[in-house]
Amino acid sequence: MALRDSLQNVQRGARPPAGRRRWWSRSDSKGWLFIGPFLVVFALTFLAPIAYAGYLSLFREQAFFGTKEFVGLDNYLEVFTDEKFWDGALRVLLFLVVQVPIMLGLALAAALAIDSARLYASNFFRLVIFLPYAVPGVVAVLMWGFIYGTNFGLAADLNQLFGTSIAPLSQGWMLASIANIVTWEFVGYNMLIFYSALRTVPGEVYEAAAIDGAGTFRTVLSIKIPALRGAIVIATIFSIIGTFQLFNEPNILRTLEPNVITTYYTPNLYAYNLSFGGQQYNYSATVAIVMGLLTAVIAYVIQLRGSREAMK
Amino acid sequence: MLITSGRRGRRLALAAAALTAASLLAGCGSSEGGGGASEGSAEDLDAALEKGGTITYWTWTPSAEAQVAAFEDQYPNVDVKLVNAGTGNDHYTKLQNAIKAGTGGPDVAQVEYQALPQFALPGNLVDLRQYGFDEYADDYTASTWASVHAGDGLFGLPQDSGPMALFYNQQVFDKHGLEVPATWDEYVDAAEKLKAADPSACITNDSGDAGFTTSMIWQAGGTPFQTDGDQVTIDLQDEGAQRWTGVWNKLVEGELACNIPGWTEEWFKALGDGTIATIPLGAWAPGVFEQSVPDGAGKWRVAPMPTYDGEPATAENGGSTQSVLKQSKNPALAAAFVRWLNHEEGVEPFLASGGFPATVADLEDPAFVDKKSEYFGGQQVNQVLTDAANNVVEGWQYLPYQLYANSIYGDTVGKSYQTHSDLNDGLVSWQDALVEYGNQQGFSVD
Repeated sequence: MALRDSLQNVQRGARPPAGRRRWWSRSDSKGWLFIGPFLVVFALTFLAPIAYAGYLSLFREQAFFGTKEFVGLDNYLEVFTDEKFWDGALRVLLFLVVQVPIMLGLALAAALAIDSARLYASNFFRLVIFLPYAVPGVVAVLMWGFIYGTNFGLAADLNQLFGTSIAPLSQGWMLASIANIVTWEFVGYNMLIFYSALRTVPGEVYEAAAIDGAGTFRTVLSIKIPALRGAIVIATIFSIIGTFQLFNEPNILRTLEPNVITTYYTPNLYAYNLSFGGQQYNYSATVAIVMGLLTAVIAYVIQLRGSREAMK
Repeated sequence: MLITSGRRGRRLALAAAALTAASLLAGCGSSEGGGGASEGSAEDLDAALEKGGTITYWTWTPSAEAQVAAFEDQYPNVDVKLVNAGTGNDHYTKLQNAIKAGTGGPDVAQVEYQALPQFALPGNLVDLRQYGFDEYADDYTASTWASVHAGDGLFGLPQDSGPMALFYNQQVFDKHGLEVPATWDEYVDAAEKLKAADPSACITNDSGDAGFTTSMIWQAGGTPFQTDGDQVTIDLQDEGAQRWTGVWNKLVEGELACNIPGWTEEWFKALGDGTIATIPLGAWAPGVFEQSVPDGAGKWRVAPMPTYDGEPATAENGGSTQSVLKQSKNPALAAAFVRWLNHEEGVEPFLASGGFPATVADLEDPAFVDKKSEYFGGQQVNQVLTDAANNVVEGWQYLPYQLYANSIYGDTVGKSYQTHSDLNDGLVSWQDALVEYGNQQGFSVD
């Protein structure tokens, strides 16, 4: 009995006085102080606009007469039957399926080549391949616009030289031409992601492989590519997001070919023109949200697949 | 000043807009700004000028700086904040956003005639009749005076006008023995003759431009858009429209017109090197030629627009007014500034910078009319252009949502240009899209 009492006293004395124990003294509460400034900015600039777009998407407002009515999910139903939206969405999907593998393949090849230590002046190549990424997107597209021009551009000169009549900005070629610009811009960026992942492979692994008699291609297949898996998943997700947000390139080329690039050429362009061309803010917000959800779903599937493969 | 000018400069701004598109998307909402205009009178304007204050003025007119400086000299109590919010669509996007937000807009804004109904009809602009501006009717050309009205209201004073004329390259005409066409049939003949003589040249460029199309339908006597309150009629297959496509189809289907979009580097180059032989443009064009097509100096001349029956007839292409926003906290001062700009001393600096006036007195001033233009080989271009100002076909109206209409032109009529097929098909699908949009926005459209 006495022992228990004294034990309790000892325990009490060891504890801080019960009355002074507050929420902020819990072990995890200090973290909030550190994360607080970020959370405030994050909420204001990220969550609030999304919430507001979500709110907007539930209404239908007439720009000229100022009437505003709550329409529930009507705007969403409209998006799913909107030919223009699907025209743009399918176009970026096609772009995704064709352009992203080509771009990542090229980036991978470049990263492996530079990492192979067999390339002469590899630093130079690394810089040159990366350089297009450093050119501001708008400037890059303007430049390509000149190259593609069939009246005075490089395309015109080449056509004259070879007697061909290739028109990179015509209906049939436009998407490929945009894909070419995007590839040119982003191969270097993705190469850098791959290259830095390759640099993290410890040298001992290569030494061990060499002792085991693995050749260059064997090393690439069995060591380098598996080591790159995480980086490939990340680069793929970035590329998917980038593709679905395709805007700058078509928007600037639109000034050159307004008849080929419609106002709904890509979903992002469509949302932009709905809101700033037609003042259909509510519907535009709906398109943006649907496209955001689509992107998130596809990116998530890729990520799941990627990490599941890594588990194997 | 003109519909599509400055596409070059607009690209960067477009890209900037692209970056902020998402945030802006979310950033515009809330209800319309209140603040009805106070009743006022002509005396209030003089009092406001005396009392002074600060107003903001959004414009892309090149002469604005000189005008504001002269105004502030004359009225030292008034401070005018001059803002170039972009050219054309960029400017309207910002203006529309400010109106939607209910704050942040200018007191006075430049508005093109084609955009005026879009801002005036929803009640965003001040009706200037309350300051007695309706007395100035006779001081302006009939077509521009009609253009600053929407419904019954008067929503600005005309700054300039753009009666169309045919600009042609004399050098190309001489080389191939072409005659200046007086009718559109002769124009098509000249187009064919030129194409046969030089396949790389073309009579004109047209890759589809809504402002050009509407002006051409206007010249052909069409009235495809009629608005009465919320009742809108759209008929892009009326007599005038078909008259125009009857001629223009020959150029589009026969690939006689170059596919060079206006206001691009390519276009300026093609105007300078003889690739484009003629171009129908508004009377503001000489300034553009002199500034942006230096290689064309001495080669270009001006003739009246070709017509369908040989009788003189033309249309307006471009042109702007200055309007007072309802949002303005000092509408009397803003209106006084507009009066000064486009009715009083402000006209002079505007003319000095090469603008084409809307004021009758200046259009009849011999010093203006008989001026010889060095660029145009000594031709008295203003004689042709002021003549055109008197021959504008009456009765034209723009849609209350013309800016939207222009923005989707490439989606619809553009297809006809791209496939070199019947423009009427394109016009019909344009019409369908416009009817649908109008009805969605609460108009009753048929």
